[in-house]
Amino acid sequence: MNGLKKGLGLFWMLLGPASIIFMFLQAYEKVGLAAEGVQKTNTALQWGIILFIFIPISAGLVIFGYYALKGEYDQLPSGSEEQKG
Amino acid sequence: MSQELQKNSIFKVIGASSLGTLIEWYDFYIFGSLATIIGAQLFPSDAGASALINTLAIFAAGFIVRPFGALVFGRLGDLIGRKYTFLLTLVLMGGSTFLIGLIPSYSSIGYAAPILVLILRLVQGLALGGEYGGAATYVAEHAPANKRGFFTSWIQTTATGGLFLSLGIIVLTKNLIGAAGFADWGWRIPFLLSILLVGVSIYIRLKMHESPMFTKLKTEGKVSKNPLKESFNNKTNFKMVLLALFGATMGQGVIWYTGQFYAQSFIENTCKVDFNDSRYILLWGIAFATPFFVVFGSWSDKVGRKWIMLTGMLLGIIFYRPIYQIFLDDTDFTQVTQQDIQSVADPLVTRTPIEGTADSLISTSARVTLLSGASYQKIQSHIEFKEKGKAAAVQPDQLKDKQLSTAVFWKFVALVFFQILLVTMVYGPIAAFLVELFPTKIRYTSMSLPYHVGNGVFGGLVPFIATLIASYSGSTPLSGLWYPIGIASLSFIIGAIYLSNKKPAETEA
Repeated sequence: MNGLKKGLGLFWMLLGPASIIFMFLQAYEKVGLAAEGVQKTNTALQWGIILFIFIPISAGLVIFGYYALKGEYDQLPSGSEEQKG
Repeated sequence: MSQELQKNSIFKVIGASSLGTLIEWYDFYIFGSLATIIGAQLFPSDAGASALINTLAIFAAGFIVRPFGALVFGRLGDLIGRKYTFLLTLVLMGGSTFLIGLIPSYSSIGYAAPILVLILRLVQGLALGGEYGGAATYVAEHAPANKRGFFTSWIQTTATGGLFLSLGIIVLTKNLIGAAGFADWGWRIPFLLSILLVGVSIYIRLKMHESPMFTKLKTEGKVSKNPLKESFNNKTNFKMVLLALFGATMGQGVIWYTGQFYAQSFIENTCKVDFNDSRYILLWGIAFATPFFVVFGSWSDKVGRKWIMLTGMLLGIIFYRPIYQIFLDDTDFTQVTQQDIQSVADPLVTRTPIEGTADSLISTSARVTLLSGASYQKIQSHIEFKEKGKAAAVQPDQLKDKQLSTAVFWKFVALVFFQILLVTMVYGPIAAFLVELFPTKIRYTSMSLPYHVGNGVFGGLVPFIATLIASYSGSTPLSGLWYPIGIASLSFIIGAIYLSNKKPAETEA
């Protein structure tokens, strides 16, 4: 199982940037398709918010993948601090 | 005797915490449920800047501000204590909800109206971001470890209870006042009512004591000095924050929003079921399923949290498409034959001039009742051109305001119940699961962020992204489901591989 955890780590590291590229392409397409004026600004605003929120999440997925690759999840703590104590 | 006293005390803790959290959810949901009416009253009828403010109010409060609220109030809760922090979030939420009910209309104060809505909506989002983690932590820190799932599951019922309460009060107020009065001024009542509910809850919460675990930390001088740094700058803790998000809350969020929000939206907007019927279906589904939060929370104390939550995700992945296909099939009246029809009401013909032309849109609307008991409004329309000799352009027939036969209505209730049952599987044990991942001194901060990113962002975006996917060329009405199915699948895989299935008996010292 630990081998699988590590192996998939690389996949999560690649999935993070891939999802951001996909979202940028979607944003570009959808803003381009929106009618000029308020609708375009509105669509750009919605996609701006989505990208603003998802970029850090995707970065988090890369870090998660990195930790997995390094074996950080091979042995999880058995509980929170007090529970261990 | 002392055990009995302890039992009474924990139920007081649960009651006081749950009531406040339920009210916060109620406050948050009434805005969403009344968005159309609020838009008509507090925003100008033309688009322009108000449309942007409206978008910001809905998007920002749901997606940006909730995680920030989690950080701001989570930090505060780990520094000064749970009790005063979630008292503060309650005051902020109740106060801002009450004030939304007092905002004069756009016709009285102009653009100040939508700007005030935006500000108060942001305060609501911040408060909600701080509330849940506090309530869950507070209850968990009072509960014995082997009953943490059972006791925190009461907090989990509040999100569904808040939705039920908001829908119930809105429907009741509208029926008492009438549709016209409700649209004019009656919509303010659910907002104003919040101050009474919050007042009672503040009174009860003020009488509560600080969590025993936090009090112990404070007495020992072990309270965190910088909870944000310790939560996110410490690898041992941060890796658990990431695991909680990707392996649990992300999948839980989409299952929750699909079952409780997308289902109703799909039945109303895609299947064109009548406004009241679509809400009654959800209300019955919620009423039957809500006790299962406690059932699954309690069960997770015996078998562990992991597989209950993951099973809920897996069942959603497998059954969403067949369920929504049934919704579509059972509301498809396009193949109705003359033998199926019981009666057709007298048609109403309306002529609407088409702006900028001399042409008109002629619509004929008639209520069709079927032998099965179902009925729908059939609208046939065509454009009548002023230019002589030009043939009328016939528009496709529209079938809307569908009312279901009794059998189909209850079938839909059962299908929505099943979806909310999945919500109870993923959501019932999650508070205990999150609490057990993080140490007391940074628990409020650490658990609030993955919870609100999973629910506010991944879950909250279900309607937006599902609608977006369904708008692609070549897509079907079911295509939007690929978003919750995809996210739940990802979370299921990560959860199944990386999470451990701790049982309380194994984790407790």
